[in-house]
Amino acid sequence: MVNRQPIDAYAHDIDEEKQSSVSGGSAASTDKRYSALFSDYEDPNALRRLASRIKDHTLHHLDDYLEQAESSLKRNGCHVHFADTDDDARDAVLSILREREITRLTKSKSMASEEIHLNDHLIKNDIEVLESDLGEFIIQLDGDVPSHIVRPIIHKNRREIARTFQREGIADDYNDDPEAITRRARVHLREKYMEAEAVITGGNFISAESGRVVLVTNEGNSRFGMAPSRVHIALVGIEKLVPTDRDLAVFLNLLGRSATGQQLTVYTEFISGPKDDSQPSGPEEMHVVLMNNGRTDVLASNCREILRCIRCSACQNVCPVYRQASGHAYRSPYGGPVGAVLSPILFGDRFPELADLPKASSLCGACNEVCPVDIPLPDLLLRLRDKAKREHIPQPGDLPMAPFATLATSPAIWRTAMTMSKAMNHLPIEMAPVRPLQDWLGQRTLPEWRGGDFRKWLKKRQSD
Amino acid sequence: MPATTQRPAGKKVLLMATCLCDAFYDDVARATVEVLQHLGVEVGFPENQTCCGQPAFNSGDWKSSRKVARHTAEVFAGDLPVIVPSGSCAAMHFHGNRLQFEECPDGAVESLANRTWELIDFIVNGLGIREWPGRFEKPTRLAFHRSCHLRGTGSGEAITSLLSTIANAEVVPFGQAEQCCGFGGTFSVTFPHISGRMGSLKLDHILEQHPDLLVSGDMSCLMHLTGLAQVQGRPVPHKHAVQVLRDTLQA
Repeated sequence: MVNRQPIDAYAHDIDEEKQSSVSGGSAASTDKRYSALFSDYEDPNALRRLASRIKDHTLHHLDDYLEQAESSLKRNGCHVHFADTDDDARDAVLSILREREITRLTKSKSMASEEIHLNDHLIKNDIEVLESDLGEFIIQLDGDVPSHIVRPIIHKNRREIARTFQREGIADDYNDDPEAITRRARVHLREKYMEAEAVITGGNFISAESGRVVLVTNEGNSRFGMAPSRVHIALVGIEKLVPTDRDLAVFLNLLGRSATGQQLTVYTEFISGPKDDSQPSGPEEMHVVLMNNGRTDVLASNCREILRCIRCSACQNVCPVYRQASGHAYRSPYGGPVGAVLSPILFGDRFPELADLPKASSLCGACNEVCPVDIPLPDLLLRLRDKAKREHIPQPGDLPMAPFATLATSPAIWRTAMTMSKAMNHLPIEMAPVRPLQDWLGQRTLPEWRGGDFRKWLKKRQSD
Repeated sequence: MPATTQRPAGKKVLLMATCLCDAFYDDVARATVEVLQHLGVEVGFPENQTCCGQPAFNSGDWKSSRKVARHTAEVFAGDLPVIVPSGSCAAMHFHGNRLQFEECPDGAVESLANRTWELIDFIVNGLGIREWPGRFEKPTRLAFHRSCHLRGTGSGEAITSLLSTIANAEVVPFGQAEQCCGFGGTFSVTFPHISGRMGSLKLDHILEQHPDLLVSGDMSCLMHLTGLAQVQGRPVPHKHAVQVLRDTLQA
């Protein structure tokens, strides 16, 4: 087919096994989310709305909260670095490492680091980086990229992973038992932890009030990473702030349930700075890199609601398009509905190249229904479609709508066309006047054209 | 939501038949008129109506869709409730239009938004009809496909509860009901593969329950689903909810 939408083409060509891993895994997460939220809360939607209001308030006063967070973090003994661009963020991390002659580090899962391709940059500069999240570790071994915000290897099955471990010498033989896989990874990773001089993490939340950096994991790998390391670097997007520690109660209750159907993830860490007299273990230095990388542009746009996102992936899991196409189809670390909104505007100069993403939705609204911070994702997708049209960025398969509008605002012609088009009933499918319509009709039959029949019936009924 | 609606109800309404019923599903528009009249409602039909403009809106051509929306708002001017036998076109009036007119508010368009009802929502929550005195001749399993535009509105609940009161009717649940059927208007044209896969999945879940009748409040979803089913050699009997109301009344 000519002019295929890239995401539709990707879904068409996707490996069947991969597609079934993705759709099975995400459907299971959607179910777990539902039972976790609805068994614990009489009205989870009230909680979602509250979370959305807290985030909106924070974003509205982001300048103030950033200042407050900076001073709280400093009070806790952290070094604070502001990074305006992706370059700035990469440079900030690299220079912290270089100044301390650090060449080995472990890293726990961080979408912010994926966003700026931090690993590639560090490795290019002779730093040994080891991903310690099991999923990310496997991604690293395979030279792959994550396809899901929370479950980076949702597109892989255990047989593939067992083959990878055997190939890469993590294990001597093939064993696809999930427990064996985890055990083998653990043995391998634990040795590496002990050799690392620094640890890089993301940050799920930062309380502006207390300067606590909150990390949410299921494997405890960030904790392990911190134990032997001299230096901890947290790379955090500026939208991750919440005003107070109390607000964390709302978000932590929502995040685990929305992401994985857990009341709380297995580990929730509140990090209040490097080690000192009051907390005798942990890294000697803690650096927080607060990254903008396009976020203030998003804040100034008519899609600012997307900055409420807490990266839970509930929208991705429930999205029927994502389930068919997988996260890789979205050509960005962020897949699914959140990616279709965020990627084209976060990487502003890439808008023309990514403007097809907002079209990859039937606008079904399931994403908004599950979003823990009530982001009106379908509305944002629509606003971006409007933006693409206004900026004259044509999309593959676009249908001409101006003639339709002319027809739909000329009632007399409309009525005539309705009746005349009955001729279509006698047209063979292959003669359908529009190419995309032929593809449509290849898969479906069209009902009989009965244009004008209702109006005729109604006139008769009214005159009787 | 519906219990506290500010929308006008009453026994005099305007019908927006939708372009789909105008072109293909005349019997759905007929059933709408017959059922409303049966309930003592006077139904007006402005001749100059065309389409709500949603195809252009969803395509991102808001200049074109605003033009159509203004036309529709003008055609339905006044203060009467506007009844639409489609959750999708109704939502265009009270949701889509508000989005596309955010930057350029239009009084007539806003008035239309405030007066628009999805048909069954109007019957149940506007007219207060909680039970339907119809009957199927023999026990009938209904699979109700809640179209996506009914999310967050009172219509889904209204349709399910009203259908359940019909004698001999059983509304049967099916798997992954929250998932979209894959139609999405122009989406089905520009994303033919994904749209087809979504539709087939929906059909799998529905047919697993062996329903006697597939029912929806949106003919667009049914057009897509039954068209796919036909080509796949597993045709499924289907009706709009209002056809069920009329037909069970006559039986």
